[in-house]
Amino acid sequence: MSSLSTNTNRPSRLARILNSNMAYSFRRNPVAMVSMGVFLLIAIASIFAPLIAPFDPYDPANIDIMNSEFPPVWVDGAEAEFVFGTDDQGRDLWSTILYGTRLSLIIGLCAVGLQAFLGITIGLLAGYIGGRLDSLLMRLADIQLSFSTLMVAIIFLAITQAMFGSETFNQYAVYFLIAVIGIAEWPQYARTVRATVLAEKKKEYVDSARVLGFGPIRIMVRHILPNSLSPIFVISTVQVANAIISEASLSFLGLGMPPSQPSLGSLISSGFDYIFSGSWWITTIPGVVLIVLVLVINLLGDWMRDVLNPKLYKG
Amino acid sequence: MSLLSVRDLTVKFAMRDDTVTALNQISFDLAKGERLGIVGESGAGKSITGFSLMNLISKPGFIDNGQILFDGEDVAQMSDKALRDMRGNRMAMIFQDPMVTLNPVLTIGQQMVETLRAHRKLSKAEAAQIAIVKLREVYIPSPEERMDQYPHELSGGMRQRIIIAMALLLDPQLIIADEPTTALDVTIQADIMELLLELCQSNKVGLILITHDLGVVSQMTERTLVMYAGRIIEAGKTREIINDPQHPYTQGLINALPQQTLPGQKLKQIPGTMPSLTAIPRGCPFSPRCQYAVENCRNTLPEVVQYAGIEVACHEVKRLHNDRLEQSA
Amino acid sequence: MNDLMLDQPILQLKGLEKRFDLDQGFLETVKLRKGKFVREQRSVHAVNNVTLDVARGEALCVVGESGCGKSTVARLVAGLLHPSAGEIHYDGERIDDRSRKSMLPLRKKMQMIFQNPYASLNPRMTIQQALEEPVRHHNPLLSRGEVREKVADVMQSVGVDPLWSGRYPHEFSGGQRQRIAIARALTVDPEFIIADEPISALDVSIQAQVLNLMLDAKEQRGLTYLFITHDLSVVEHFGTKVAVLYLGAVCELAETTTLFANPKHPYTKALLSAVPQLNDDKPNHIRLKGEIPTPINMPSGCPFHTRCPSANNRCMTEKPRPLRQPDGSTVACHAVEENRA
Repeated sequence: MSSLSTNTNRPSRLARILNSNMAYSFRRNPVAMVSMGVFLLIAIASIFAPLIAPFDPYDPANIDIMNSEFPPVWVDGAEAEFVFGTDDQGRDLWSTILYGTRLSLIIGLCAVGLQAFLGITIGLLAGYIGGRLDSLLMRLADIQLSFSTLMVAIIFLAITQAMFGSETFNQYAVYFLIAVIGIAEWPQYARTVRATVLAEKKKEYVDSARVLGFGPIRIMVRHILPNSLSPIFVISTVQVANAIISEASLSFLGLGMPPSQPSLGSLISSGFDYIFSGSWWITTIPGVVLIVLVLVINLLGDWMRDVLNPKLYKG
Repeated sequence: MSLLSVRDLTVKFAMRDDTVTALNQISFDLAKGERLGIVGESGAGKSITGFSLMNLISKPGFIDNGQILFDGEDVAQMSDKALRDMRGNRMAMIFQDPMVTLNPVLTIGQQMVETLRAHRKLSKAEAAQIAIVKLREVYIPSPEERMDQYPHELSGGMRQRIIIAMALLLDPQLIIADEPTTALDVTIQADIMELLLELCQSNKVGLILITHDLGVVSQMTERTLVMYAGRIIEAGKTREIINDPQHPYTQGLINALPQQTLPGQKLKQIPGTMPSLTAIPRGCPFSPRCQYAVENCRNTLPEVVQYAGIEVACHEVKRLHNDRLEQSA
Repeated sequence: MNDLMLDQPILQLKGLEKRFDLDQGFLETVKLRKGKFVREQRSVHAVNNVTLDVARGEALCVVGESGCGKSTVARLVAGLLHPSAGEIHYDGERIDDRSRKSMLPLRKKMQMIFQNPYASLNPRMTIQQALEEPVRHHNPLLSRGEVREKVADVMQSVGVDPLWSGRYPHEFSGGQRQRIAIARALTVDPEFIIADEPISALDVSIQAQVLNLMLDAKEQRGLTYLFITHDLSVVEHFGTKVAVLYLGAVCELAETTTLFANPKHPYTKALLSAVPQLNDDKPNHIRLKGEIPTPINMPSGCPFHTRCPSANNRCMTEKPRPLRQPDGSTVACHAVEENRA
């Protein structure tokens, strides 16, 4: 960044990243590499869903009820047009899964973003300031943790659905889901961040910053936070997987995304009614996608935990 | 015959893509009951020397080459069973941090009795008797009570005494002490050192004392090895090395001590730092920091030569010695 | 200005005390004793009634063994801890009760160097960032170029090549990191440096380098040091004045040469005799009985009486007062006072 540093013959930033321990252990770990590959495949396919998908499942003009319940191409009676078959409304399952995965990923990532924002802020304050504020915030976290996420979410979503009516609710379902999953799980972050902050706070570089007269906000954000990132990364992966599952569960229960705009969860849910009438694919294929997505994220999280925090793994 | 005879010991560590040499062709002897000091700064390989003598080097490290003859047997070639039998029994080790050696969930008595019974056929009562005798030898007050205490109930100095008692439990022929007092306070350190010296002398136990403190070496040992970047660069009688070191590094180490300069004056520092094991310079490893280095030093590795009763690995030892004589004359 | 200002000590500690409560919160203080619940507050008496003056240009060394409260003194002076009792005056002004904002101007004058160079630099900041940060914070009006120039200057003065400024702390050795930590303290041009065991984590040959650097800085910048250490040979070399601490209390305070030539307090004597010397092969130190008591159960009377070879009944009950000796040193010992030691 400075003119001084560019003069020295150091490897470039990219070269340093490629040569880092993390990249090295990644190259040595086939599970991590395959997981990353699968995750990227799913992520990219879903991001570019509008370009890849042969049909737009949101456009009623594209849907013909006469096409409903075609099986996937490798089963007898299939229509070549629909690779994975169609659902009960006649939507192309492949396109719907692409759009649904996109929704699931967006909700998962945004919800985790919200969790992280709340949790990190609260964790930093509790850990750095300590005392009464710490006790208060951590008791709040304990209370929050004593309700299960799903229970809170079900109550919240059921009430909002009743209050706004299902039409308004369906319109804003994405935001409601992000908010409720985001708020329900902040204590995970807050506790992890607080624990790291307590450990970092004792280190001499924090004392050194205090002796130099820096204010508490500067010390928290510029000094302590960057050194607390590893555990945050690790729990983030697990939390994304959890959030995707939470969203799927809520949608499955009919409290999440509406059938007109299905996520993976509501797709599984809507297909569930037809599983005994022989149309197994409407539930099974999105189910497999969900399981694979969550599995690779968790595998990546495991690998990251091993690399960033070997002690946590042992303990 | 010497008790311990190390020949060309080379220890390597497997890194990501290649290996680094942590110990490079170390050779030395230790007579029965002799006290030897190994001096060096961090990264010199002195602790690795201690560990490899007990064949305790664990992955990614390995003994690449060389012999460690202990009482005629090669430690590097021993079976696991023979190693277990030797460790603690004939060769004991004292570490820097007593809490690493003591198991926090067992009482002192349990640990000592267990150690004894692992090597000797003794009843619990007999083993406890021996343990109490050993605790008394290291001047632990009311040893019977200490037997029932847990390590955390004792002070740092007391713990290190117990470690010494445990090391002596099976009457070993050799004790390897790796910075045994670095974690302790000055007044306690002096006590522990005195105790260790007394016990080694009275029981005729050999001692290898690994330390960075030249003062401790000077008081405790008969012979000294000075290590630098994984090699022995100087070896000889402690008194002679302290009084008239031949290698420029040893001279630098001694001259850098604050006692060697008048108060308030600048200390005689050695420039630079110890090279990392992955980037040991060509030629003499000390040459980049050596004020006397000449072309030859930067190109060829100096052989160990006998000079003035000291073994020293320096090309210029003769010239430097003569220069010093001239200066003092 | 005037002579009064020059005569005044730069730092004064007046009856400084620090206790750390072991039982926090009401519930922890309630304990069961002999079948009854009682409220009991245990605390660590880290610093007990320490009174010291540091004159301008001096290097006052505070020595003692672990747990004697020497680091606590440093942290109290640096404002990292608040004293339980007593006062700290800097340049004649009381500083221990100030808020962070009103301490800010003082931060430019008083800086601290820490023991562990592996922990005292933020691992996620390049050297350039770490050194620029304090300069910017205290001189918001400087331009980018001026800040950079200042940083390059300071790096040069501690012997670290400014070309390395884009690197992270883990790319440096311990000695170089300590140089950088010193550089960071020097970026704000302080006049007073608190050094808490700055060389004890370093190798022998590196200790000499860092000590020399601190001596240079003292000469060139006219610094005053409060130097915390357990190493007496460093004290003899570096300090102009020495305070020996035992269990949080000063037992002897003297000019360095006086203390080393003629130690008076029995603890000082034992401490001096315990330092391993290069040139005598017979260890011959004064053996102290027992070990340092924990500062939780402070012995009554003189804190040292449990280990003192010349303790008597008076020592067990009455706390000795610091008394001025003919050669200018101050000693807190009944035995010295009664000519028994």
